[in-house]
Amino acid sequence: MRNQLNQNKNQNCFGLRIPDIRHKLKYLLFTFAFFLFTFNLSAQKQRFPKPEFDTGYTQPTPVTPEPRALAMEYFDVLVLLLVLAAATYFALKSRSRQGILWLSVFTLVYFGFYRNGCICSIGAIQNVTLTFFDPAYAISLTALLFFVIPLVVTLFFGRTFCAGACPLGAIQDLVVVKPISLPKWLNKTLGLIPYLYLSLAVLFAATGTDFIICRYDPFVGIFRMDAKFLMIVLGIAFLLMGMFVARPYCRFLCPYGVLLSWMSRFSSRHLTITPSKCIQCKLCTHSCPFDAIDFPTNEKEVVKSGLGPKRFITYALVIPLWIALGVFVGAKSHTFLSKANQDVYLAELLIAHPELRNDPDNIDVQTFLASGKPMEQLVSEATAIREKFYIGSMIAGGFMGLVIGMTLLNTVVFRKRQDYEPHKGNCFSCARCVDYCPVEK
Amino acid sequence: MENNSKSQSRRKFIRNGVRASLLLSLGAVSVSALRKVSGDDYVWQIDPFKCTQCGRCATECVLNPSAVKCLHAFDLCGYCDLCGGYLKPDANAQSTAAENQLCPTAAIERRFIEEPYFEYHINEDLCIGCAKCVAGCTSFGNGSMHLQIMHHICVNCNECSIARVCPSDAISRVKASEAYNVKGDFTNNSEA
Repeated sequence: MRNQLNQNKNQNCFGLRIPDIRHKLKYLLFTFAFFLFTFNLSAQKQRFPKPEFDTGYTQPTPVTPEPRALAMEYFDVLVLLLVLAAATYFALKSRSRQGILWLSVFTLVYFGFYRNGCICSIGAIQNVTLTFFDPAYAISLTALLFFVIPLVVTLFFGRTFCAGACPLGAIQDLVVVKPISLPKWLNKTLGLIPYLYLSLAVLFAATGTDFIICRYDPFVGIFRMDAKFLMIVLGIAFLLMGMFVARPYCRFLCPYGVLLSWMSRFSSRHLTITPSKCIQCKLCTHSCPFDAIDFPTNEKEVVKSGLGPKRFITYALVIPLWIALGVFVGAKSHTFLSKANQDVYLAELLIAHPELRNDPDNIDVQTFLASGKPMEQLVSEATAIREKFYIGSMIAGGFMGLVIGMTLLNTVVFRKRQDYEPHKGNCFSCARCVDYCPVEK
Repeated sequence: MENNSKSQSRRKFIRNGVRASLLLSLGAVSVSALRKVSGDDYVWQIDPFKCTQCGRCATECVLNPSAVKCLHAFDLCGYCDLCGGYLKPDANAQSTAAENQLCPTAAIERRFIEEPYFEYHINEDLCIGCAKCVAGCTSFGNGSMHLQIMHHICVNCNECSIARVCPSDAISRVKASEAYNVKGDFTNNSEA
């Protein structure tokens, strides 16, 4: 209020060249205040003063129910910690598929249906991003903990978070009926999507445009038992697909899975298929629904082809080209991507279709016109956001180029393996393979 | 054999190094986020002074009916007989007949208090947050009716789907300890 008044004072200053400007200002201020109170509805005076009642009427107070208690939010963090500890114990220590299964049922009920899939570690990526890019936003401690704790646990014990503590993983894991094995090239290609999703999510969150991970969360509608028709259809489609292509969201979309997979690759301990020594019985190979078990390598074949080192050098040299291509594509697509931002969209709309100013049904345009914000300001704001998109999409494109290059390079890297081992990056530590292993301790 | 163990230890060294650097970068991210962390939680709320009553609160909420409800700040109400929030502008009569009511779901209950004053009470179960009454009350009355996000209904999405499309940017995150912007409160608060 006071700011508004001061602004008005400044605006009115320009027309005056009288020595006792103070007096004039006072007068103007009062006039302004009068107008404000009469016409501006945010004024504190009422058009129709509250009557004084004779009948002893007591005025009710508006009911404002409190939001969920802060203590409950911290309780959620505690539950996450406990579930993570239990999942790690079941996967690494007691090696019990049963335990993980019941744990994921609990997670589904608690974090899924009770907490409605919100708060979740996947979405917390965006809160963390926004904290770094929006000076006005400060992340809440619970969201930060939900982001960091699973990553730290994964760095030490592998992706036990995916096995038992993620409600999105749990709902998909429980519907796996008859998983089919996808060809390796398809697995690798689809596996690039999470990187793209992650870079787009960070880009949109950093520019303050949108939280796409939350908006397109396919299962949140099922957890809430209420959503837009399209999202419900998408959720059910994912579950139906998940009966045959196990955990499609986790493997081919989840942006948090990218971070978890980085952590898990370098984890100090990880779930092992056999408790002692592998006897190469191959029983476990069909147990993994996620194609995450690496077979022993056939050294002779690789050596015979003699292509290893040559290909490696070629692919490594091509990586900068991939990055350059990514930056180029990013730079080209920034105009398109920035359209997702409401301000940019509105500015573009008004420039391209000035006739919309007369369209009474266009709420965005009419609200903007009524707000009295000058067009130049909108355009300059939109330009600033687009500038951010320009830089951001180039970085995202470069990152994608690097990822594609590294994925290709990985296909020609030869790693010696004598036994059947879980792929540390892709394994969800669900412990299905553990059940199949006949080796006793 | 010796060669093999050497390569093993080298691999182990690299692995440990990468793990340490990953841990460090995680620590760096959390420490720099911790510098501006808030112990309080956030919820979404409407600033009634920014709201332009566009009606999107009724349609854009992930819940159906919306978690946005009309809140009546009785402190500001004039208790008028001719209520701009209750009656249609072209109402036939000042009565509770359905055809005279502005509210599409008849969520506003009109109670007689004493001549010529009426109390208007919002039935939250029926309210859909369409802001028709808010527009009426704001343009013809004191503006005592205004929209608020009701936190016993709101599921507190990470990003409010109404806030994303709100044309006047009236919805923002507020501290959970001060979860409402009730208009009546502003009369006592000179800073407002």
